[in-house]
Amino acid sequence: MSERTLYDNVWDRHKVTTLPTGQDQLFVGLHLIHEVTSPQAFGMLEERDLEVAYPDLTHATVDHIVPTSSTERPYGDDAAEEMMSALEGNVREAGIDFSHPETGEQGIVHVIGPEQGLTQPGMTIVCGDSHTSTHGAFGALAFGIGTSQIRDVLATGTIAMEKQKVRRIEINGELGEGVEAKDVILEIIRRLGTEGGVGYVYEYAGDVVENMDMEGRMSICNMSIEGGARAGYVNPDETTYEWLEGRDAVPEGEDFEERKAYWESIRSDDDAEYDDVVTIDADELEPVVTWGTTPGQGVGVTEPIPAPEELPAEKQDTARRAQEHMRVEPGETMEGYSIDVAFVGSCTNARLPDLRRAARIVEGREVDPDVRAMVVPGSQRVKAAAEKEGLDEIFTEAGFDWRGAGCSMCLGMNEDQLEGDEASASSSNRNFVGRQGSKDGRTVLMNPRMVAAAAIHGEVTDVRDIEEVARQ
Amino acid sequence: MSENVEIPSVEEVSGTGVAIRGNDIDTDQIIPARFMKVVTFDGLGQFAFFDQRFGEDDEQKDHPMNEPKHADASVMVVNANFGCGSSREHAPQALMRWGIDALIGESFAEIFAGNCLALGIPTLEADAETVEELQTWVEANPDGELEVDVTDETVTYDGREIDVEVDDAQRKALVEGVWDTTALMKSNERAIEETAESLPYVEDGKRV
Repeated sequence: MSERTLYDNVWDRHKVTTLPTGQDQLFVGLHLIHEVTSPQAFGMLEERDLEVAYPDLTHATVDHIVPTSSTERPYGDDAAEEMMSALEGNVREAGIDFSHPETGEQGIVHVIGPEQGLTQPGMTIVCGDSHTSTHGAFGALAFGIGTSQIRDVLATGTIAMEKQKVRRIEINGELGEGVEAKDVILEIIRRLGTEGGVGYVYEYAGDVVENMDMEGRMSICNMSIEGGARAGYVNPDETTYEWLEGRDAVPEGEDFEERKAYWESIRSDDDAEYDDVVTIDADELEPVVTWGTTPGQGVGVTEPIPAPEELPAEKQDTARRAQEHMRVEPGETMEGYSIDVAFVGSCTNARLPDLRRAARIVEGREVDPDVRAMVVPGSQRVKAAAEKEGLDEIFTEAGFDWRGAGCSMCLGMNEDQLEGDEASASSSNRNFVGRQGSKDGRTVLMNPRMVAAAAIHGEVTDVRDIEEVARQ
Repeated sequence: MSENVEIPSVEEVSGTGVAIRGNDIDTDQIIPARFMKVVTFDGLGQFAFFDQRFGEDDEQKDHPMNEPKHADASVMVVNANFGCGSSREHAPQALMRWGIDALIGESFAEIFAGNCLALGIPTLEADAETVEELQTWVEANPDGELEVDVTDETVTYDGREIDVEVDDAQRKALVEGVWDTTALMKSNERAIEETAESLPYVEDGKRV
């Protein structure tokens, strides 16, 4: 067989049948669940007197509503406590493994899946969360689903899907100092648009992706959905296999070698055919920050913010409203934009290497006195590993708040929220109006080192101007 | 039992309309995250577009969904990339519970459209000009009746008929009443097991 993509291969291996609607029924190899989008699905199962079909292929965590100040129960927020209790009851009854805070393995669902080796190449992975695309970094076909679809997966172990087109995005060349995975994906979304990926799965490739660590690949795949693509993936390679070897759920010894053969077998062929190919020259990129209220409204940190009338007609109205909300002027740069809050966290950028890079910027410096700065590690394991290296001390000595694991201020479902019209420098993935908990809040998306630099200076800062960057 | 769940076919939707203008309207706007701290979808209707509809002290703002003339609307007319962002089914659940049975727009985000389908809500697409014209008409004619024909992919209003597009699988699922896929897929149990066992990483329904 030739001319096939990883997407074709994984799809066919998991296809159960074609449904009368023309959709395919796909087997789900890993179903991740969390407290916000699953309780209603368990309720639907109960109403229909159905049981969880594949509890051993299902894994739960709690992330959206957990307080990051303390894991003490009951939670101060009654609604959060109710959601947590519902999840505890549901997983107990169904016999589903749960990375509960008491286990020391709790964290954001898209951090713990890979971390525990649950996420592996050649799997189909779903979760009631749009950032499930993250797991594509391992060469899995991973996508977000809604609650009724969670019901389907719980009840049958399968999902109804239509096959999509594949766009290969090649990022060639070399990233400059201070430029990282987050900038690559923000640039891709800026170029292709927030709906450019609708109907497509993105295959990320090229020198930059091949030379990138797994955490960087996860940051890129994570934000596929912000570009409209429900799934994005990277073909698995030695970097992937080395990262996975030794992790909890990954086979060992001979079994590992055997499994690796499967992983190799699902890679896209060299002569695979794509519905579209886009190339990006990495050498041209600089750190990207958003000036607006969609992740596609990005700009290089030293570039001028575009005037709405320079944009395509259908983007002008949104741009005008965004610039009004953000209080930015066309022609100015985002460099110097005053910020009140700095947030290092989220399923995009809260893994150990993200925290290490940010810590190097922060070390020996102080957070601007007018800035509220926090680091929220992606999981309890990330937190423990960071503490072992002393990263917590670097951050706290500089004036950052060092918190527990969770989604936190990425979406403002726990106590970590913007207040009033505060502006935040955020390593998260969405700058939608109201996203961080205040409808007047202003979010500027950027890479974690840029967040660290903004925290120190109280304004959006080109991290390349900080001497440590050159040495990293 | 699952066999007893009635799944009605959705061939037509009719009713008055409400226009929500703007591209890239994300699901955080449709239902802000703070209203998702619930374990059922009941009661979400009142929070649809909450931050656009209500101010600091819950006072009503100018918004089409606050206008009494649109209170009974069942067809929402939107622009491009509607429902982008978070996969939260809370978004279409909130719209459905507010009273929306069909959406017509330039384009819809994929997960949102899938979530609508799972609730039996068609998402019909038309070009920008057609949508804009329809929005203007709906705003001027809040009592005007729209007839959405999913089978024929048309919308009739103001004595005229316009063509709209529905994704093939979506149309079949709605028209044939198989948009709730649980029982349908469950009936393929044996094939599911065979597929599972053919995978190198699954054995006896467990991960290996």
